[in-house]
Amino acid sequence: MKSVKIKKKQDNFLLLRLYVAGETPNSQKAITNLNTIGKELPNGHKIEIVNTLDDPIRALEEGILVTPTLVIKRGPLPMRQIIGDLSDEPKVLQALGGLKKNGIRAKKAS
Amino acid sequence: MTLRLIKGKIRSSKRSSKNKSVFPGIEKLPTGIEGFDQITLGGLPRGRTTLIMGEPGSGKTVFALQTIVNGARLYNEPGIFVALEENSRQIVDNAATFGWNISSLEKEKKLFILDAKISPDIAKSGDFELAGMLAGIKAKASQMGARRIVFDGIDVLLALLDDPRKERNELYHLQNWLSQSGLTGIITGKMDHGNTTMGRYGFMQFMVDCSILFHHRIMERISLREMRVAKYRGSGFAENEFSMCIGSSGIELAGVDAPDVDYKVYNDRVSSGAERLDTMLSGGYLRGSNILISGSPGTAKSTLAGLFIETACRRNEKCIYMSFDEVGSEIVRNMASVGINLAPFVKSGMLIMHSADAETRSAEEHSLILKSLIMKHQPKCLVIDPISAVIKGGGHLSTSFGAIKRLVRFIKSKGITLICASLSGTLEAEGEVEATGNQISAIADTWIHLSYLIRGGERNRALTIIKSRGTENSKQVRELILSKDGITLTDVYVVGGDVLMGTARWEKESAEKLKKNVLEIEVASKRRDLEFAEAEIKARSQSLGRELEAKKNELVLLTLKDKTYAEEQRQKSLDFLLKRGADAKVGKIVLKNFSKKEFILNKKPSGNGR
Repeated sequence: MKSVKIKKKQDNFLLLRLYVAGETPNSQKAITNLNTIGKELPNGHKIEIVNTLDDPIRALEEGILVTPTLVIKRGPLPMRQIIGDLSDEPKVLQALGGLKKNGIRAKKAS
Repeated sequence: MTLRLIKGKIRSSKRSSKNKSVFPGIEKLPTGIEGFDQITLGGLPRGRTTLIMGEPGSGKTVFALQTIVNGARLYNEPGIFVALEENSRQIVDNAATFGWNISSLEKEKKLFILDAKISPDIAKSGDFELAGMLAGIKAKASQMGARRIVFDGIDVLLALLDDPRKERNELYHLQNWLSQSGLTGIITGKMDHGNTTMGRYGFMQFMVDCSILFHHRIMERISLREMRVAKYRGSGFAENEFSMCIGSSGIELAGVDAPDVDYKVYNDRVSSGAERLDTMLSGGYLRGSNILISGSPGTAKSTLAGLFIETACRRNEKCIYMSFDEVGSEIVRNMASVGINLAPFVKSGMLIMHSADAETRSAEEHSLILKSLIMKHQPKCLVIDPISAVIKGGGHLSTSFGAIKRLVRFIKSKGITLICASLSGTLEAEGEVEATGNQISAIADTWIHLSYLIRGGERNRALTIIKSRGTENSKQVRELILSKDGITLTDVYVVGGDVLMGTARWEKESAEKLKKNVLEIEVASKRRDLEFAEAEIKARSQSLGRELEAKKNELVLLTLKDKTYAEEQRQKSLDFLLKRGADAKVGKIVLKNFSKKEFILNKKPSGNGR
């Protein structure tokens, strides 16, 4: 998979990386929305904001097509992506919660 | 591969120089797609955006990919393919079926496939834009010096926005970005069957500079692919709908006439394999001409074509035999039964037997397959058996005929001698000629018609040369006889306007022979009779002559006797007188009397002798 550097290999480690394209309205909205959501998450998570315009080729190589894209990395689990300005908060939480609920076993089963 | 590359480079330089001179306004970007660059007078508009719309499976992706691949390998113009619908693995695999090696082009940094397929796992929350991706592509493009870019299936991504207004907005952004990037762009979009617009993306047609419509139609259960250039700002183009085909090396457009229709004309003859037929055609078929052999089933059309091929192979000329009725190996076997041995030439690779099912493909497809076969094998002689199957086979009759006509012209331009067998519908001797599609016969240089003549309870094959352009040809009907030694042509008997063949001819021949024999015998016997009579008369006249001689002799004898007697008598009387002592006077008187008698006697026999 495309590289997202994981510093701690803990099961409950949570990295939220948001790719934005400069200061487009959608990007700005997404940053605001992510920060709001971050407050509801348990401690220990990390939020990163990446401006794709700084290194567009790297973003492309990391599989980022549209902006904004939120990449969720939780422990050893595969990454998940949420595209959009994250205005649909329940959906974001569902995606995050889904990670919590299903865990490794559910993933294997599917 | 390298050769193709070089060829392509030459072509590209030729084309671009040509385009510049003809259309100074708009610069064209060659796609390298057979036929397309001709109908658009050079290719796609350089530095602008082209929209390709079409139904599912109509060949949009292949067209776009081919343009990119050709750019990379033929024109030294690197390209980026943004795959939004299929993942890059699929694209690479699909390309491999056309012989395009994507991986090596990627290694050479001439091609970049961006796997932009949105995974179904991706959740969507709120609005997004393409800005990030476009920034990435722009950087990538300048890094590799890309000139061409394809967005394949942009609708898949935009559909996630789920708002027509926003989708449209993003497309405008994309279009804007493209025009500023200086890249030549291709955007593909889906269209429903039967529709001429893209539904919610219909507005894109107005946005772009060039729009191409692809169709995938089913006509009489045969798949037909067609494409049409719907608009092209700032350039002329061929407005018709063109048939196209996805062949083994990508998309090819059919129905595009070769730019130069002038081709080399040959004056030498190629043997038909049948000596008599060569004589009838004053030396054989003209090289590079096309010969139509029409006839009912079983009139030995294939055999005549096979004989031609065998003869050509013997001359070490490469040949292709394309058959639709029978499988190649069957033809080889059947030909062997009439002394035509094709098997060794198939084995040596001199001859390619290509068989296909006429009904499963359209005439365009068949002709494209044959064209690529011709380009590969470079034959001198070619047989299509029967061409009527291709025309009647799949698709629409008029388009089929057009395809055949162009195929024939293509074959002619290559200097290949072509024999087309053609099945004529009826078995009737009359009207059969007319039944062989007039259209096919119109393109034939030489037309040989084979027919059956039924008389006296048997069928016999007759051969007629209906026309032969540029050739003095015999107007007479010949009987064609098939035997294990091959084909023989013989004269036919014409009696009271009727043509006699087979047994009837044989009977007639025997009767004539008998009549002649009888006459000969009659004459001989008459001659003998006359000679005999002559001899007889001669003999008779001879014997009469002899008789005459005898009678003459008899008469002479008689006269002699008479004379002797008279002498004796005179002597006697003289003696008597002398004895009596008569004087000389007496003697004188007697003598006088005697001479008188003698005179009378002498006269008499001469009168009797006559």
